[in-house]
Amino acid sequence: MALALQTFSTVKDADAALKAAGTRYLGGGTLVVRATNEGDVSLSSFVRSTEPSLSTIAVSGGKIRLGASVTMAAIARHPDLSTLSPAARAVGGPAIRNMATVGGNLFAPAPYGDFAVALLALDATVRTDDGETPIETFLAKRDDSRAIVTSVGFALPSHGGFRFLKVSRVKPKGISVLSIAAVLEQAADGTVCAARIALGCMADRPMRARAAEKALLGRKLTKDGIAPALAAVGEGTSPITDPIASAWYRTQVLPVHLGRLLLGQVAGMETKA
Amino acid sequence: MAKVPVQFTLNGAEKAEFVDSGTTLLHALRDKIGDTSPKGGCHQGTCGACSVIIDGELRLSCLTLAETCNGAAITTTSGLSQGGVLHPLQRAFLDAFATQCGFCTPGMIMAAKVLLDQTPNPSRAEVVEALSGNICRCTGYEPIIQAVLTAARSNSQRAA
Repeated sequence: MALALQTFSTVKDADAALKAAGTRYLGGGTLVVRATNEGDVSLSSFVRSTEPSLSTIAVSGGKIRLGASVTMAAIARHPDLSTLSPAARAVGGPAIRNMATVGGNLFAPAPYGDFAVALLALDATVRTDDGETPIETFLAKRDDSRAIVTSVGFALPSHGGFRFLKVSRVKPKGISVLSIAAVLEQAADGTVCAARIALGCMADRPMRARAAEKALLGRKLTKDGIAPALAAVGEGTSPITDPIASAWYRTQVLPVHLGRLLLGQVAGMETKA
Repeated sequence: MAKVPVQFTLNGAEKAEFVDSGTTLLHALRDKIGDTSPKGGCHQGTCGACSVIIDGELRLSCLTLAETCNGAAITTTSGLSQGGVLHPLQRAFLDAFATQCGFCTPGMIMAAKVLLDQTPNPSRAEVVEALSGNICRCTGYEPIIQAVLTAARSNSQRAA
């Protein structure tokens, strides 16, 4: 079935066109073109915008703003975003990273959307023409979203404050068994004074590990110190079962990998399942 | 559905066609223009067999709409040989027995070409990373990795 593609120079015009039934926004194509290739007949037309701001990366005073059309490859090679590079490089192979966008990753269903896991841990806000929304709220309501995401914004943590781990079976690149992102603040004595932990594949979309975050407060990042967090990390999860791993398996290995992440035992962005 | 015009440079030659709106670049290349070097494998962005180079970047033609390529410079494996002489990557793939059924080979070579264009002397780990979006079900990958490393050495020797 042929699909109409409408290209607009402004987000505002694209937003208006997106309100038509059967219309989806076309970013990098890795989700929506894939859906049409798989025979999703609910789609009848694509809308896209070429507004330059969508492809802009702005870094200022520790604040980051990523346009929704910024690709994973652009993030991975940006000199000021080396902290985020492991999360961007965790998405697909080189060709996918040249196509997959920040905006698209917010809508990627598990087991995809590893970068959105990072954004959730970073407490990002998601901007549309209607305003800004905390990412957690946005993710919860994303299925009903009809406004074009224009950018995401967040503060870059201090060096070492952001940790990311993707677990996959295939090396060097595979679909996630799970992914974990954490933003930790530690006091001078090493105790954790603030923690945001986000999980991928432990629900149908990225989720916070609130019980584990709470259990980490006031604790040091030692084997004994993190034990309560590991015991609590499965709380509230509802992992997917897919050809990569069963929900049971994901539940069993989650504390193991969170432990490795918190103890700094992860050398690279990925670790073997 | 109305046809839409697409115009781009393919392997250095201007191409202009009318395609159905929503047509993928893979479909346009293979079925409209006649360049069958990009292969249609999974059509999901998983196998990499359809890989092409668009404006210097590796892309998946099965997930790229042809209309979005207007004005672009596209390179496919069929454009690599010059005057009947194989590109060093093609020669290395043959010499290293890096191709069996051959279905993944054009995509592998495209991925490898982007790597060598950007990193003329890659490490083995860099080759593995560059090919990580391309699946081969025949060779077990090792001959492919060796072929890319051999092509890199060959390029270096020519440049010296």
